[in-house]
Amino acid sequence: MSVETTSGSRGLLQRVDLIFEDGDPRRTGVDLPAPKGVSKLGALERKAPLEIPGLKEPEALRHYVRLSQRNYAIDLGLFPLGSCTMKHNPRLNEKVVRLEGFADLHPLQPTETTQGALELMDQLAHWLLTLTGMAGVALSPKAGAHGEFCGMLAIRAALEARGELDKRRRVLAPVSAHGTNPSTAVAAGFIVDEVGADARGRVDLEAFKKHLGDDVAAVMLTNPNTCGLFEPDVKAIADLVHAAGGYFYCDGANYNAIVGRVRPGDLGVDAMHINLHKTFSTPHGGGGPGAGPVVFSEALARFAPAPKIVKAGDRFDLIEANEPGHVGRMCAFHGQMGMYVRALAYMMSHGADGLRQVAEDAVLNANYLLARLKPHFNAPFGDGPCMHEALFDDSNLRTHGVETIDIAKALLDEGYHPMTTYFPLVVHGAMLVEPTETESKAELDRFADVMIALAKRAKGNDAASFKAQPRLAPMRRLDETRAARQPKLRWKPEAAARAAE
Amino acid sequence: MRYLPLSDEDRAAMLAVIGAKSIDDLYVDVPAEARLKGLVDLPLKQGELQVERALRALAEKNIPARRATFFIGAGAYRHHVPASVDHLIQRSEFLTTYTPYQPEIAQGTLQALYEFQTQVAMLTGMEVANASMYDGSTAAAEAALMAARVTKRAKVIFSGGVHPHYVATARTHCAPVGVEVIALDPAIDGEAAVIDALAGDVAAVVVQSPNAFGTVSDLAPIAAAAHAQGALLISTFTEVVSLGLIEPPGAMGADIVAGEGQSIGNALAYGGPYVGLFATREKFIRQMPGRLCGETLDADGKRGFVLTLSTREQHIRREKATSNICTNAGLCTMAFTIHMTLLGAAGLERLARLNHETAIRLADALAGVKGVEVLTERFFNEFAIRTPKAAQAVIDALLAKGVMGGVAYSRLAPGMDDVVLVCATETNTDDDIAHYARVLGEVLG
Repeated sequence: MSVETTSGSRGLLQRVDLIFEDGDPRRTGVDLPAPKGVSKLGALERKAPLEIPGLKEPEALRHYVRLSQRNYAIDLGLFPLGSCTMKHNPRLNEKVVRLEGFADLHPLQPTETTQGALELMDQLAHWLLTLTGMAGVALSPKAGAHGEFCGMLAIRAALEARGELDKRRRVLAPVSAHGTNPSTAVAAGFIVDEVGADARGRVDLEAFKKHLGDDVAAVMLTNPNTCGLFEPDVKAIADLVHAAGGYFYCDGANYNAIVGRVRPGDLGVDAMHINLHKTFSTPHGGGGPGAGPVVFSEALARFAPAPKIVKAGDRFDLIEANEPGHVGRMCAFHGQMGMYVRALAYMMSHGADGLRQVAEDAVLNANYLLARLKPHFNAPFGDGPCMHEALFDDSNLRTHGVETIDIAKALLDEGYHPMTTYFPLVVHGAMLVEPTETESKAELDRFADVMIALAKRAKGNDAASFKAQPRLAPMRRLDETRAARQPKLRWKPEAAARAAE
Repeated sequence: MRYLPLSDEDRAAMLAVIGAKSIDDLYVDVPAEARLKGLVDLPLKQGELQVERALRALAEKNIPARRATFFIGAGAYRHHVPASVDHLIQRSEFLTTYTPYQPEIAQGTLQALYEFQTQVAMLTGMEVANASMYDGSTAAAEAALMAARVTKRAKVIFSGGVHPHYVATARTHCAPVGVEVIALDPAIDGEAAVIDALAGDVAAVVVQSPNAFGTVSDLAPIAAAAHAQGALLISTFTEVVSLGLIEPPGAMGADIVAGEGQSIGNALAYGGPYVGLFATREKFIRQMPGRLCGETLDADGKRGFVLTLSTREQHIRREKATSNICTNAGLCTMAFTIHMTLLGAAGLERLARLNHETAIRLADALAGVKGVEVLTERFFNEFAIRTPKAAQAVIDALLAKGVMGGVAYSRLAPGMDDVVLVCATETNTDDDIAHYARVLGEVLG
């Protein structure tokens, strides 16, 4: 049903070439006064001319608006990516972050002129500490994985202060962990030791006990875990690792399921990063920017890195110099201020009552989808309730030749962004569905109806038609193997591209 | 609550389908002692009007750059960003989408990333660039780690011209994995000093041009010296607009270029979010950190783009990944590439020249103030001055007269108590410059 057109456009979907094919290095869409030709740089000036093409403003607007129309977005429809938390992004947050008093503020202005910014950071810290029941916070990590790294460095600093860093090298992590956990542990100088899951998708407590020893630095545990389940033994795990002289790092990626209902501090957590772009609705922006503040227990709080905000009377001060023995500077300046403003606006909008409702509705929505879909898709741990995301697999479809990727690509034609696929790795052919609290019941019902129809189609031995999907998306299935085998990571002029082949 | 579509009737109906009596039944796995009975001690929900009012009140306690005579740089720069940039990045399709894991419905983000990677490679004079890092400082730290992987050596030397925050950030990221960061003493014209520190066990030297004092350097002799010892040259920068005018690091032999892209497309925003640029040679791509976008074909043979070479990354390689990074700078990357496309080579070169010329006029004006010495000879748009009084006291006195005249170097690192880093961009007028020189004269007089 592919219709070829002369223009290359297809109805509202307009043709869009690369800027390198459309633009011209001599063309500019910005009017600037002519320079006088004065220079101090002499031989250090650029020798070969720069070839980056420019577009005039109307051309640039069209280029990017046309590109935008090839993207799915939450504002367009349900975006049930498990573990990614694609919830509504309030536009109030976008409005306030653009106030001149926040946007046009240099990080090295004298602090007398940035009292409002420091107060905002202090308030954000207060909300995070109160919600989590923790003792200290580092705001500056730039994203969740950066926050994990900061948290593990605090554990490293604490072990160093105890004189035990040389002997405590092992970090325990469940096999279901996000890939960032083992990768972060190694970046922080530790060795990863994986702990198995039990038949219920939780940490195997007996196995965990066997891994403990006086060479254990910490356990890294996501809770709720990546199967969308709360770890019922979390308190026992915390007590055991503490008794063994180690620390408890909690991956807070799934904090949105428990915010306002459970305080990680009450579970024995020593450090936890919070993805402001998940729980607190800062926009994902096509892959960032994130923000990953870390909260600390009493035992780790003093190792937090600079910058730190201190209040002296009515005045806020910024401590920028690092103290020996603490975690070092995570980045230039003070972290993701633009994300702090958005997150605080979101927290204030919801309040203590609304945030609790956020967690409850997220969990309710996920359980509703679990209940509606489990007669049709295998739910490996579907006997009990899930938290904010429901896990399915393709085990009852594979016999009909249909796999998880086929369900995902079929959803594209139905106008949905698919769920997270093939993660967590502990479940073969995983489909992790996270609806979030910002979907209505009617929207969930429509999605469930579509999923059920797909399951029925799959069981009707319709594999070949699944493999040909998507048919209605802006593109057909893309060849990822080709992209990786012959990497083409930039545009080159045709002559240069030919010469390279 | 305005962001929550479920009604109480919906909730009851859904619980019935689930077979739960109340929401508490769904939290049964939480240990009883950890279930909060009531609400946490924080304010209750508020309407949009009330929240906006509260945040406006905080914003108004700050004095934004526009309301001062403003000459601060030192790692973040105030430039004019065309209105269409912010308009475009606020489109729902860019703002409210995720990492492009489903390429068939994410070609907008992916093609923009491919164009971004090409722009960054061209700008830096390198063969390939990634889809961005968190910011310049973390990009430079990742570059140092990458050099250690490539050379299998564990020592990285930072010149005395690298921004002190970048050196500190690199230390934080390198030390835990046993990569030693050696920072040379701060030096205004100090990039070439790394040559004397080179030895056969050095993974890389890290230089900055323009450096933290504004000095623009010829990197070619440093590259030659590094390569002779089997070390890589990493070049960083904090002011990307400079690349519109100065010889790109790639053309002078740099192996990795890692710098800050905030100046193009992105607001000051009190330090973040910004956008880290990261470029290298083709032969090193499998050692690169971060997301990469590549060209491919779809089932109909049409050109399209996907995230690629993910076997380097944490979600596949786990503890053997090149970095734990998942995100890129997303929307800040979009802002960069849109602004860059509006500028084009011609616009960027003009913008760079305007910055350079404005800074020359500022340096000439400040050199005319009694007791002030301009310390940087070959600068782009920022330079260091020596003041006859303690630099921080001068900054404070200037502020009292409405001038944000720069940054005392001592705020960034100990030492050099009489040095102020000063920056001028296209946003500064001749009146601003005259005003600054006059007020500085009063403060020092």
